[in-house]
Amino acid sequence: MKKVYLDYAATTPTDKRVVKSMETFLSEKFGNTMSLHSFGQEAKLALEQSRQALADLINANSNEIIFTGSATESNNLALKGIALANKGKGKHIIISSIEHACIMESAKWLKSQGFEITKLPVDKYGLVNPEDVRKTITDKTILVSIIHASNEIGTLQPIAEIGKICKEKGVYFHTDAAQSFGKVPIDVKKMNIDLLTASSHKMYGPKGVALLYVRDGVKIEPILHGGGQENGLRSSTVNVPAIVGFAKAAELCKAEMKKELARQTKLREKLIKNILKIKGSYLNGHPKKRLANNVNVRFDFIEGESLIIQLDLHGIACSTGSACSSMKLEPSYVLLATGLRPEQAHGSLRISLGRFTSEKDINYLLKVLPEIVKKLRSMSPFK
Amino acid sequence: MKKTNNTCSSLYTPKVMETFKNTHNYGQIKNANGIGQVGNPVCGDVMKLYIKVGKGEIIKDIKFETFGCVAAISTSSIITDMVKGKTIKEALKITKDNVVESLGGLPKIKYHCSVLAVDALKMAIKDYFSKQKK
Repeated sequence: MKKVYLDYAATTPTDKRVVKSMETFLSEKFGNTMSLHSFGQEAKLALEQSRQALADLINANSNEIIFTGSATESNNLALKGIALANKGKGKHIIISSIEHACIMESAKWLKSQGFEITKLPVDKYGLVNPEDVRKTITDKTILVSIIHASNEIGTLQPIAEIGKICKEKGVYFHTDAAQSFGKVPIDVKKMNIDLLTASSHKMYGPKGVALLYVRDGVKIEPILHGGGQENGLRSSTVNVPAIVGFAKAAELCKAEMKKELARQTKLREKLIKNILKIKGSYLNGHPKKRLANNVNVRFDFIEGESLIIQLDLHGIACSTGSACSSMKLEPSYVLLATGLRPEQAHGSLRISLGRFTSEKDINYLLKVLPEIVKKLRSMSPFK
Repeated sequence: MKKTNNTCSSLYTPKVMETFKNTHNYGQIKNANGIGQVGNPVCGDVMKLYIKVGKGEIIKDIKFETFGCVAAISTSSIITDMVKGKTIKEALKITKDNVVESLGGLPKIKYHCSVLAVDALKMAIKDYFSKQKK
């Protein structure tokens, strides 16, 4: 059976060029970056070169990049680390209502520890209004954390505007860029970003490595204590092979960004235009202010899981929302935040494209999807 | 213990997947003499069963219409297979456990789908009896 992977927002295959870059660091150059001997120093050099490559992608300084084990860890470090280090100033944190679960849950935990959390609403496209950020900041606010690109609906937030407001108000600004890093241009200096999360496996790097950019001078406490690696912010033996791969992935994304943005946008537009020809189908998220690789649509009268499994039976891999929510029964809180009713949110489909998606893949989906929708509707009591 | 993971196809038993792939008896019965509907679109599951009861209270035909997940659609299909040709008395003996068993098991989180199927059947039979009284 033909296999088509259209779930790049869940994870991406590691690019073969990335795999190649990692090989020597698994078996030959295996040293511990903390060791003083040549094995250690060789690993340390690779680590610092990688740090530079990742910093270059977002116009950061290399000492501002902290490697972690996952975007979840980076987001936990950003929220908890800032909360712990700045609670003397205040205990108020602002997030949006469409953050990834790891921000939501970290915020919930902080609330249980006595912090005050404000969740900003979004409009029907999933956009945060920067003026809401301005109005919500008080003298007790220590952090604003807004996801750059929604992992579900792909909406790109006006983070430069939000960053500007946070700078004016003297409040730290963190953005979870797990879905956008390496896909759209990001300049932490121009956008006034103090902290930023990025993940390797969303951009053709290996799993198990991510980063937190922490602007020089930001007051933050570690959540892992130990040998003091990563400037004391993330004790753990450094995962050099994965970091080398992450850096190679970043270089490739940087080199191919312009071309890929244009190519994937074209495919996305073709998908949206043709899917919306199906009666009773709607686009979730913003028509233009969205990731080039994200399509999120919903269909009247059918349920998402059945749709996903029918597509899977045809060899097509998509998702209902975030991969983490696929075994939960509740409809997506992101879609509900955009004003959808639960029964509408149940019928949503996320298609996410990537570097290896061809027009042929898109055409295959467009051929199969209308038939599946028709079949499931013929089984539905709603017409 | 059975090994499970987060992917739906490996979470569902082969029998569930087979049933989902080749669903039986979906659609409406135009001259149904019993209809039962349970569930709520807000929760993501609505199941509607149509029955045509003939002589000797035998369920001659049964069809379903379901809005829901793989488990909801599979339980709907399997219960139509289990009921077709049975008497009402026999049909009423079918329990949610019978439904789960004939699918080779369901993930715990989806057990409520088997309850829905049994409840929809009971509603359809109740509807049949109330129509007979008139």
